[in-house]
Amino acid sequence: MDIDLMMRVYPFFLDAAWVTIQLSLLTALLGLTCGTLGAAARLSRLAVLRFLGAAYVSLFRGTPALIQLFILYFGGPQIGIQLDAFEAGVIGLGINAGAYMTETIRGAIISIDKGQREAARTLGLSQWQATYKVILPQAARLMVRPLGVNMNMLIKATALVAAISVVELTYTAQRYIGSTYKPFEMFLLAGLLYMIIIYVTGRAVAWLDRKVQIT
Amino acid sequence: MGLDFTVVPAHIDIILLGCLWTIAIAVAAAVLSFFGGIVFAVIALYGPWIIRLPFRLLEWVFMGTPLLLQLFLIYFGLVQIGIDLPAFVAGIIGLGLHFAVYNSELIQTAILSVDKGQMEAARTVGLSRGQALRKVVIPQAVRDVIPPIGNNMIALLKDSALVSVIGVSELTLSAQRAIGATYRPFEFYLVAAAFYYVINLGMEWVQRRIERRISISR
Repeated sequence: MDIDLMMRVYPFFLDAAWVTIQLSLLTALLGLTCGTLGAAARLSRLAVLRFLGAAYVSLFRGTPALIQLFILYFGGPQIGIQLDAFEAGVIGLGINAGAYMTETIRGAIISIDKGQREAARTLGLSQWQATYKVILPQAARLMVRPLGVNMNMLIKATALVAAISVVELTYTAQRYIGSTYKPFEMFLLAGLLYMIIIYVTGRAVAWLDRKVQIT
Repeated sequence: MGLDFTVVPAHIDIILLGCLWTIAIAVAAAVLSFFGGIVFAVIALYGPWIIRLPFRLLEWVFMGTPLLLQLFLIYFGLVQIGIDLPAFVAGIIGLGLHFAVYNSELIQTAILSVDKGQMEAARTVGLSRGQALRKVVIPQAVRDVIPPIGNNMIALLKDSALVSVIGVSELTLSAQRAIGATYRPFEFYLVAAAFYYVINLGMEWVQRRIERRISISR
């Protein structure tokens, strides 16, 4: 193992890890937004919205994220959408993650006992108040852990933007593998940084999960 | 430059060939990940600690890093140690190992949840430990995890698009080839997406049928 080489190149990997962290955070934010809207659509009383929500989930979960990213980044200019690689990465991965999060959020909401809504309605709360003040606060507690799983997947999925040349961890590893012919060393550097990011995120999710549980 | 799908039919043969490759690679990797998952699960549960510990570490690395990075390691790493595999073999190995680790997690839980009495009964009627595992415990465990393994296989199909990055001419790279000739990325990536979607629907259909059969046999 070439430790000298690793010591020489690791600062570049640290910079790249920072890009991966930014990508992950922005993607998670957009994913949560899309996921919330998607879940609201899927649970809507309007059949059109339910259909659109279901179509969103099915199409984006049924095709590879890499292809979605390519359509947006390479195909976008044809329909007047010009994005740089980082923006395309965040938007493409965010919409993709949103489809998975839609199902997570919807799953948590429908697992709340129907009696809760009925009781709230009996007490005179409107449909909207019952959702907002009774159902969602309970569902939110159930969402933390599965959304943490989505987050874990999403961090690993940020590696895909290497294919559209965003200089993040995987791209950096690939470039240094190409120039140094030391795949193992470069994998070790990038892999370690990924595992640190995923570990810290996992701890944060576990902390949040403990925080929101009623004891 | 608007959209023009009339360029698609002229290149549909490359796309269809790519489809076949995608299916072949996904099936080969799925088989590898299924049996690999069983072997990994047995090692993780019953192997001697000298094998188990490094194995746990390896599992942790596979689950904590992106598949794309693992593909680069396997493809370029094997070349470095003198094993020059064709890209599609490296792709199958990478996909297969990655998902074997995920399958192994499922199978381990399932093996542990098979009633202890099953092993004891099998030993009582004279089967060795290995035979009891192979013929009594594992078949029951595997039956229980077929639905979640099916989900992993569907994920595997979609992730098979990643092997285009190491130069395997499957559906995604075939679309790229067609784009190289026509400069029509939107149209061809959309066509590729449609094919993935159809294969995906087919897999979901098979999965539902298998699940129904399992629920009958139980």
